[in-house]
Amino acid sequence: MQQLTEIRWHARAGQGAVTAAKLVAETALELDRYIQAMPEYGPERMGAPIQAFTRISEDPIEIHNNIETPSAVVVLDESLLPIVDVTRGLLADGVLIVNTCTPPAQVRASLGLAAGKVASIDATTISKETLKRDMPNTPMIGALAKVTGLFTLDQVVDHLRKTFGKKFSQEVIDANVAAVTRAYEEVQVG
Amino acid sequence: MATQKTLAVTGNVLVAEAMRQCAPDVMGAYPITPQTTIVEEFAKFVANGRVHTEYVTVESEHSAMSACVGASAAGARVMTATSSQGLALMWEELYIAAGMRLPIVMANANRALSAPINIHCDHSDIMGARDAGWIVLFAETAQEAYDNTIMAVRIAEHPDVMLPVMTCLDGFITTHSIDRAQIMDDETVKAFVGDYKPENALLDTDNPVSHGNFAGLGGPYFEFKRAQRNAIDRSAAVIESVGAEWSKICERPFGMVEGWGMEDAELAIVAIGSTAGNARHVARELRAQGVRVGVLKVRCFRPFPFADIAEALAGCKAVAVLDRSESFGAEGGPLFLEVRSALYDRAERPAMVNYIYGLGGSDVKLELLRQVYSDLSDLADGASTPGRLVYLGAR
Repeated sequence: MQQLTEIRWHARAGQGAVTAAKLVAETALELDRYIQAMPEYGPERMGAPIQAFTRISEDPIEIHNNIETPSAVVVLDESLLPIVDVTRGLLADGVLIVNTCTPPAQVRASLGLAAGKVASIDATTISKETLKRDMPNTPMIGALAKVTGLFTLDQVVDHLRKTFGKKFSQEVIDANVAAVTRAYEEVQVG
Repeated sequence: MATQKTLAVTGNVLVAEAMRQCAPDVMGAYPITPQTTIVEEFAKFVANGRVHTEYVTVESEHSAMSACVGASAAGARVMTATSSQGLALMWEELYIAAGMRLPIVMANANRALSAPINIHCDHSDIMGARDAGWIVLFAETAQEAYDNTIMAVRIAEHPDVMLPVMTCLDGFITTHSIDRAQIMDDETVKAFVGDYKPENALLDTDNPVSHGNFAGLGGPYFEFKRAQRNAIDRSAAVIESVGAEWSKICERPFGMVEGWGMEDAELAIVAIGSTAGNARHVARELRAQGVRVGVLKVRCFRPFPFADIAEALAGCKAVAVLDRSESFGAEGGPLFLEVRSALYDRAERPAMVNYIYGLGGSDVKLELLRQVYSDLSDLADGASTPGRLVYLGAR
């Protein structure tokens, strides 16, 4: 039970948080971990605030409810910060990763967060420059891997190539790999 | 040689895979949230030629089960899936399928019933259908939903049984969550379920029979019902033996009830479906602190494993039965009523309390289950008396 990692994703519907939650779970499965990934289901409206969840563990996972005490929170859209309590239940040694160009210290101050790690990554700009559209989900996985140490960059990239290889062009795959790599390298922790 | 592949997969996709591997002749299909992805995935298998099933798209669940009844009486292996209002709309055909002794296998994605409208998990749909004469299996995980589907075919078609089987999985929680699970190779499943050889097929023109005849006053209706009762009673032994056989192949346990810590538990939670996992997680925490707690999961609800449940709970001091459905006006939820009844003939009986929880997908937080064990501890110490029933976590 000690090794249970619980990740809560906050995003707006359409930003790919559900896919990200799934990709992270699948990457962990390739490392022979036990996994879960699920969105919180409700009416589907583009742009509405949504949550998704990923659990990763060395042991079989028996919990089936929503994540209340996450060890990591990933926010794909910074406009959610004033309207959703994204740090609710975040463990004292937990990690908050936000898609923003605001430095971590300022994010921490604006949320009044005392403990844990705060990380900033401008996933929107990375996404626009690499994927040529605003789809911050894959860069956020790169940032998550770096800040939590859950995966090496190679592990994330390997899984992306494998899973995207089935349905996307080489160009799209390469752009996603570039997005993940940049986010992995550029994420700032404070 | 059985080989299994480990996947990150949702319960619904895995159920659709199991159905493909069991290769029904006919599927009557009508979509409803949160069952939809089962019939959707299966439709893809048909379109891609991965299974040669007559896929009958119909205009309602009433028609879906009607198509299944007709096809099954004709002598086909038949499957379908539904949920909630869809199951409710099938009502009269559910009884007909069981009364005609048709071995139809149906997945049910457990979901609340209207009103108010709600698409999330509870067990109101199946608990309303519990007396229809179907065998009812529940899954805690995507893996169990897969295993139950495969076992259901063998149980339903067994000559001692010949009854429809419903395999239940919790809506969204199990149907839509991606979980780590194993899928068996196609050949092993095919060999396990075998070919269906119907005894009284309508389409067997060399041996003409009729089905679903009039059996009015003075007719054999009453005796038919007793035959149904005998068949579902006999099914318990078949479920155990089919479960044991599949268990050996897939190397995963199967029991009509599955206990954790029940050997010496003083305080126990009885639950069905995914909540049993949450309860076990909390029970592990409490065991680590030296509290003698246990969890009893009921995996087969019909036939109800009275003796196993009584045996498992008789030594406990206090027992909480968790019902994810209501039986309005009754002295508790459906599971509670049956569990309490199972203990009636015992000389020593635990104190019991009933919790109604998680209706309409209300989240089963771990703190609620910690509260249940804490209540049980008070109950066991005589610090409180059992209430009639408690709405767990209601605001």
